Amino acid sequence: MTTTNPATMSAERFALETRNMHIYYSAFRAVKDVSFGVERNKITALIGPSGCGKSTVLRSFNRMNDLVPGARVEGDVLFRGQNLYAPDVDAVQVRRRIGMVFQKPNPFPKSIYDNIAFGPKINGWKGNKGEMDELVERSLRGASLWDDVKDKLQQSGLSLSGGQQQRLCIARALAVEPEIILMDEPCSALDPISTLRIEELMFELRQHYTIVIVTHNMQQAARASDYTAFFLMDADRAGQLVEYDHTEQIFQNPKDSRTEQYISGRFG
Amino acid sequence: MADQARVGVVERTVPLTDANTRMIDLRKRPRIGESLIQIILFICGFISIFTTLGIVFVLGRESLLFFAHPEVSLVEFVTKTVWQPAIDEFGILPLVNATLMTSLIAMLVAVPLGLGAAIYLSEYASERARSILKPLLEILAGVPTVVYGYFALTFVTPLLRNAFGKDVVQIYNVASAGIVVGILIMPLIATLSEDALSSVPSALRQAAFGLGATKFETAVQVVVPAALSGVIAACIVAMSRAIGETMVVALAAGASPNFTFNPFLPAETMTGHIARISGGDLSYGSIDYDSIFAIGLVLFFITLILNILSRWIVNRFREVYD
Repeated sequence: MTTTNPATMSAERFALETRNMHIYYSAFRAVKDVSFGVERNKITALIGPSGCGKSTVLRSFNRMNDLVPGARVEGDVLFRGQNLYAPDVDAVQVRRRIGMVFQKPNPFPKSIYDNIAFGPKINGWKGNKGEMDELVERSLRGASLWDDVKDKLQQSGLSLSGGQQQRLCIARALAVEPEIILMDEPCSALDPISTLRIEELMFELRQHYTIVIVTHNMQQAARASDYTAFFLMDADRAGQLVEYDHTEQIFQNPKDSRTEQYISGRFG
Repeated sequence: MADQARVGVVERTVPLTDANTRMIDLRKRPRIGESLIQIILFICGFISIFTTLGIVFVLGRESLLFFAHPEVSLVEFVTKTVWQPAIDEFGILPLVNATLMTSLIAMLVAVPLGLGAAIYLSEYASERARSILKPLLEILAGVPTVVYGYFALTFVTPLLRNAFGKDVVQIYNVASAGIVVGILIMPLIATLSEDALSSVPSALRQAAFGLGATKFETAVQVVVPAALSGVIAACIVAMSRAIGETMVVALAAGASPNFTFNPFLPAETMTGHIARISGGDLSYGSIDYDSIFAIGLVLFFITLILNILSRWIVNRFREVYD
């Protein structure tokens, strides 16, 4: 921790790091002074009560907040030693490397195959049909959906069940080969069995990807993450990072009394 | 008392009083206002349907009179390329051809412009720009068509004649009328398509952006395909409007029923011809008088077919996104 060049050091250790990040929606400060590092090839859960800014923080990691009029980020979000909010950084390039899975499954109203092929195609895919077939299969296998859909790749993505749709969205994100996958409450619209499958999938994906997941479900954070960041809003309704540690530490031996109260269900 | 109630003993535990023995009136009661409104609404619906049927009936009856004239034959009506009532030549093809040409040119102008405007309004424009531009577009749709007619005659035609040469482009020509009809129906395509595009759920846009799609890729590859049925329906409504448009073509396309595929020559559309003939002193029962009903009937069938087609397309290509 005493390296002279902190940027290089954290770029090696962390997949993503925020330093004194503040996020504003016009004049309203939604997130205040958040600094933490997301460990490579680990699952990091962001938890906290509604309105605590955890989704806002997640969406700042691949500049999805740019799409909200008036949204503004101050401070640094470092990815491979570069600040994602530097003036010359292209949000489109960022999103090609940091993928996202949303709360509600949102497959395109296209075939399963075309859902997967969309990302590579817009990213300048040069391969032939056979290679695309392979990529589609690999992505679907990666999201453990291949066996469910291999015989109906030309059917609409919307013909699948909710859990399958969400895995299709994960496969779609995998197809552009990102380094980090952000998941914004990916199981909140799913039944318990589909939820379990997504969690198992996250453990498999961890080998190759870094995962950041926002979850409302504390059991999910406890059983399916390596690190947990607990957010809470302060008196000005600005979200703050209260505690960030190994998941066992947060759930078994929290340092902050507010964390302890939240995980024991006393509020939130 | 409480014990009895718990074991369900059928014994009255509440004393019989007036309040819970009095009969409650649950009988139907008359609601005159309700039935009156139902009748009025039925009449409204009936009148509009009846009017349509009445128009079809009149068109059909008068057309039969037209075809009853010995000079007219149905086969020649739909196959011959000369329309000269003065010498008893009644081939509708020149009129149909002119209508299809002006409509086609109009669509060539209106579809790219209108769809482009719709994509801009729905995907790119700020809330402020949209709040200014959309009403402007609707004003454009409210300009009287006679104004568009003179716009064609005094602005677009000179423009075309300067661009392509005065001996190539006639004063009255199909191209000028078609272009201006295109401008006239553009707001229709733009507003209807914009409605279709903006009702595409933003979750789909987010999905595309999240995969690293640019705004343009998102608009063209995700939003437009998802709204395709609405966009196609908008185009077909606009096409029907172009086919039925009268004033612009009557003023700018000329008054001679030529059978030509050259857009720089004058030609007369079905609607333009009906307007011109019925504006003159036609005597009831004359063959000219009857002919305009036959033309009207053809026009009616063309728009009817387009409407049926649009229904079919909307159902066939609807991409259900939720």
